[in-house]
Amino acid sequence: MEPKQPKPPIASTLERLKNRYIVQAWLVLILTLCFGGTLAGVQLTLGPIIETNKLNETIQRVPELILGADQARKMEKQGRSLSVEPLSLGVEKHGRKVFYNVYDAKSNGERIGWVVKASGQGYADKIELLIGLDPPNEKITGLFILEQKETPGLGNKIAADYWRSQFINKNVRTPLVVIRGGVKPANGIDAITGATISSRTVTNIINTAVSDLKEPLSLHAASVSRAKDEP
Amino acid sequence: MADQPTSMERLIQGILPENPVYRQLLGLCPTLAVTSGMKAAITMSCAVAFVLLSANVIVSLIRNLLKPHLRIVIFTLTIATFVTIADRILAAYMYQMSKTLGPYVPLIIVNCIILCRCEVCASKQPLFTAVSDAVGQAAGFALALSSIAAVREILGTGMFFEIRVLPASWPDWVIMVLPPGAFLTLGLLLGAVNWMGSLHSKNKQGKEGGEKT
Repeated sequence: MEPKQPKPPIASTLERLKNRYIVQAWLVLILTLCFGGTLAGVQLTLGPIIETNKLNETIQRVPELILGADQARKMEKQGRSLSVEPLSLGVEKHGRKVFYNVYDAKSNGERIGWVVKASGQGYADKIELLIGLDPPNEKITGLFILEQKETPGLGNKIAADYWRSQFINKNVRTPLVVIRGGVKPANGIDAITGATISSRTVTNIINTAVSDLKEPLSLHAASVSRAKDEP
Repeated sequence: MADQPTSMERLIQGILPENPVYRQLLGLCPTLAVTSGMKAAITMSCAVAFVLLSANVIVSLIRNLLKPHLRIVIFTLTIATFVTIADRILAAYMYQMSKTLGPYVPLIIVNCIILCRCEVCASKQPLFTAVSDAVGQAAGFALALSSIAAVREILGTGMFFEIRVLPASWPDWVIMVLPPGAFLTLGLLLGAVNWMGSLHSKNKQGKEGGEKT
């Protein structure tokens, strides 16, 4: 006679355990499914709107950054607009690949400038800039602060018109330097009183972005014009 | 079980007697962080009100199905869902504001006010009471946030809702817009509310004592 196998009771306790956990969590599971579905629906309807918001924030600034505020307003009145093509250019740096978002602005098919999005660590938090450059990538045509959380009253003056405007028409073949008072060389930028770090950060972000992108931008320009010539 | 407060009591309690910020000292993170201007404070209050109301409704509807040891999971799940919805709506229709509020919208998930209301009221009382509780608490939160934001914005920038109210000669007290201003304002207002509360209860005691003798 075979001894009775002790398997069935083990299986039943296992089953009971299983039952207990699954049964107890049924509400959690059902709610998870419902909420997951709801969130997917929300994302499907609102996702595209959020994406366009993000893109628009930059693209709206492009004419002003390249042509200057007056010209941009004039152009808007005449109902003309620039065609802006977003690109992502990679730069090899310290063994890592860094990507820059660049906007290629054209008027009637001819390039009139670049807008580069660049960021760096400021005094309080990340500072994000839009830099307008002329087609040969030699002169700054405009500067806009997209995001900053610098000290109100001191560092946040980097977003003020009077401070940003001193960057316009600066030549970037030599790096810009921050000067505290005194005589300014041609590539000098006035520091904001009490906010030297914020001023220096903005200037450094510009210097780095310009030198990083020097080659990729000219390569891109050359490849595009070649592609245009060939066919 | 002790008698639960009625819906009307819940509504009134939330506004001042049990004000989430001034009385329960809950939800202080957004209270300190987004009260540098009225607009941000009001938007934050609306987002919290939306989440609080939705979470209370859902939890109250399923309150008989809740298992004691799984209830917090369900509260958190519900709250997180509605916070994400609120965050997406802000990003889609009020993009600049959503950038100003930054991480404080997703942080509503861990805002104790909502979890506390789910636990104290919505998981025990019927739908209507839960709704009026949510409205009361949300109103109390909005009151606290806007009172702090009003003080900070007016003293810090001379403006109210970004419209100038103090003369241009007002030297903006920049510190009021900075984080220390939040702590100072909260502390002083908290003290003022408690002081008024103690005066009020003293009066009441005096009256009751008078009636007895």
